[in-house]
Amino acid sequence: MTLVGWLQIAAVLVAVLVAARPLGFYMARVVQGERTFLSPYLTRVERVFYNASGINPEKEQSWLAYTLAMLVFNGVGFLSLYALMRLQAFLPLNPQKFGGVAPDLAYNTAVSFVTNTNWQAYSGETTMSHLVQIAGLTVHNFLSAATGIALAIAMTRAFARSSVTTLGNFWVDMNRTTLYVLLPLSVLLALAFALSGVPQTLSASVDATTLEGIKQTISLGPVASQEAIKQLGTNGGGFFNANAAHPFENPNAWSNILSIWSMLLVSTALTFTFGRMVGDIRQGTVLLIAMWSLLIAAVGIAYWAETSGNPLLVQAGVNAAGGNMEGKEVRFGQAMTALYVAVTTGLSCGAVNAMHNSLTPLGGVVPLFLIQLGEILPGGTGSGLYGMLVMAIITVFIAGLMVGRTPEYLGKKIEAREMKLAMLAVLVLPLVILSFTAVSAVLPTALESLANSGPRGLTELLYAYSSAAGNNGSAFAGLNVNTPWFNTTLGITMMLGRFAYVIPVMAIAGSLAAKKKVPASPGTFPTRSPLFVSLLVGVILILGGLQYFPALALGPIVEHLLMNAGKTF
Amino acid sequence: MLSHLRPAIVMLALFTALTGLAYPLAMTGLIQIAMPRQANGSVVERSNVAIGSALIGQSFVSDRYFHGRPSATSTPDPKDDTKTIDLPYNAANSSGSNLGPLSKKLIDRVNGDVAEFRKAGVALIPADAVTASASGLDPHISPATAALQVQRVAAARGVTAQQVGAILERQIERPMLGIFGEPRVNVLQLNLALDAALPKVTG
Repeated sequence: MTLVGWLQIAAVLVAVLVAARPLGFYMARVVQGERTFLSPYLTRVERVFYNASGINPEKEQSWLAYTLAMLVFNGVGFLSLYALMRLQAFLPLNPQKFGGVAPDLAYNTAVSFVTNTNWQAYSGETTMSHLVQIAGLTVHNFLSAATGIALAIAMTRAFARSSVTTLGNFWVDMNRTTLYVLLPLSVLLALAFALSGVPQTLSASVDATTLEGIKQTISLGPVASQEAIKQLGTNGGGFFNANAAHPFENPNAWSNILSIWSMLLVSTALTFTFGRMVGDIRQGTVLLIAMWSLLIAAVGIAYWAETSGNPLLVQAGVNAAGGNMEGKEVRFGQAMTALYVAVTTGLSCGAVNAMHNSLTPLGGVVPLFLIQLGEILPGGTGSGLYGMLVMAIITVFIAGLMVGRTPEYLGKKIEAREMKLAMLAVLVLPLVILSFTAVSAVLPTALESLANSGPRGLTELLYAYSSAAGNNGSAFAGLNVNTPWFNTTLGITMMLGRFAYVIPVMAIAGSLAAKKKVPASPGTFPTRSPLFVSLLVGVILILGGLQYFPALALGPIVEHLLMNAGKTF
Repeated sequence: MLSHLRPAIVMLALFTALTGLAYPLAMTGLIQIAMPRQANGSVVERSNVAIGSALIGQSFVSDRYFHGRPSATSTPDPKDDTKTIDLPYNAANSSGSNLGPLSKKLIDRVNGDVAEFRKAGVALIPADAVTASASGLDPHISPATAALQVQRVAAARGVTAQQVGAILERQIERPMLGIFGEPRVNVLQLNLALDAALPKVTG
């Protein structure tokens, strides 16, 4: 670790904070239907959308109607994306003449992009036509991000309002978020990425003759436009197989900074939106401090583990000073790679600028455990905020148990119904992750897919299901997941990870919205204090540790001990 | 449920038109006009022939050129398309090795590459010289890895190590503002500079 390394990390994080605060307040105005500087241009577009789809923007929905609208919208999106991939051979903008995508892969990919996971069991440049990349995948990069934000806003309203039955209108929230926030930001980001060297063309490739006279076919495509929303919407699905490690997705230090900055931006901003909407900005700041302190600790561990390097290679004669460079790119360096590793998994982004499967054992624990903590540090666009609010509810409940009072959060009493639903949501993830990992670990067809043997093989499986359930999408790549078993089970995992989590969360929102806001009393546990932050951090770590420590011990932790003992597989 | 169907279908169609067609196509037009070089992959030409991309590494095996990092990219086997064969710096199929730190395959590969450097009399090998990059297309090497190759390149070209060293020195890219990024050498640019400064004597 070096001072310059930490300076780079600090500079990026400060740049995120500086932009996130005003963006958060702007987003609060957008979702509350207020006028913004873009209104003169967009109000008309908005009205066209409502009129054509028969929506009355003034009419608010109950939690159930809101959730159903979201589910139907995502269902229609899933079916159309599936059809688009199956039929790509017959559709235009297919310069490489790719055939239709196989049914299991198309199912897996459609679920993946609709749930904001962007798990990719294929390699982009050799599977998907340009039409699928732009009119299918890019569209869902926008819509799945907007869906997440809409849900988080509905949850926020449940705390902001008193004794109501409605949480807003899903169509309006989704529409305004896309038009006023995601689209304009993407346009600016795409230009910035292009300026740094990211291509944007409809041709498929360019042929070159290398200095040594060999033909090199270089894949190209409309990369910049997809890169922008992929990062901004914490989607993470790469245009190319190597994702943001590919020089065309991430050509230099500047694009790397932009990449990290843009993926952290919206989820960070949403904590300010939350604070503004509930009328106490500090309530949002408290959540942000809890998120970021765990995130920064994770960066530190990854940075330390990767610069410590691989003792087996040092024994072979490699200079230890460079750290572990397998699966990393020279232009980013260890510090900004470690930051990327932690941020992409603290968020539910899943873009990678290094191959996670080649990380050291402890370096690899960082992304894996961050995903398993529930993608709340600071989590996906929207999904991070509502996930964190579930943790906050559990924390005030535990604090309430300690002192024997009915817990409250932001003036809403947390009672048995909310706690049951919160536990239901929280338990979905370990159930699917651990069950599917366990089954795969004994299933011969699954084991044939492993890229590494020994404890890393188990970690590959655990990482795949964690990534799918957390809607992250990064992978210990190399595991051959394009098989009917993995495509099917990972598809189910992604669906449960998104919807089986969010339905109970929306039920909590409905139940809280109906409650009267009670003023704070001397018995109220203060939720804007450093004590609350440390309790919240503690609850997150204890919950995650209890659920996953045994599995982690069998994978990366034992691998670390074996590495120091000099064992190979 | 059914009442949500119409907004779902219409909204999806409208957003596909807006974010799936208008947005990427407008960006393509704009970027193609404003930044044609970047938009089309930063292609490098020599005597009007495309020789590669400034951003993408390419394979070098000749002693006359500096070599890039090991690359783990592959291509489908023409005889059996369920299998792949190694093809370093295949810019149509980016990929890392995905080998874990305890992998025998990794250790064997590194031992093999280290032995090559040892033959040339190098004792301590920089990490990037014997590890495969994440994309398999890393265009850069560290200045230390480049320095190891100066003797070989100079000998192959029949010039002094100082001459090659001076060209290398000019090709080292430094971090922005002294902080952001890593010191690095773009292998293709370096080799181009080498060819330009030390043209091959015919015969």
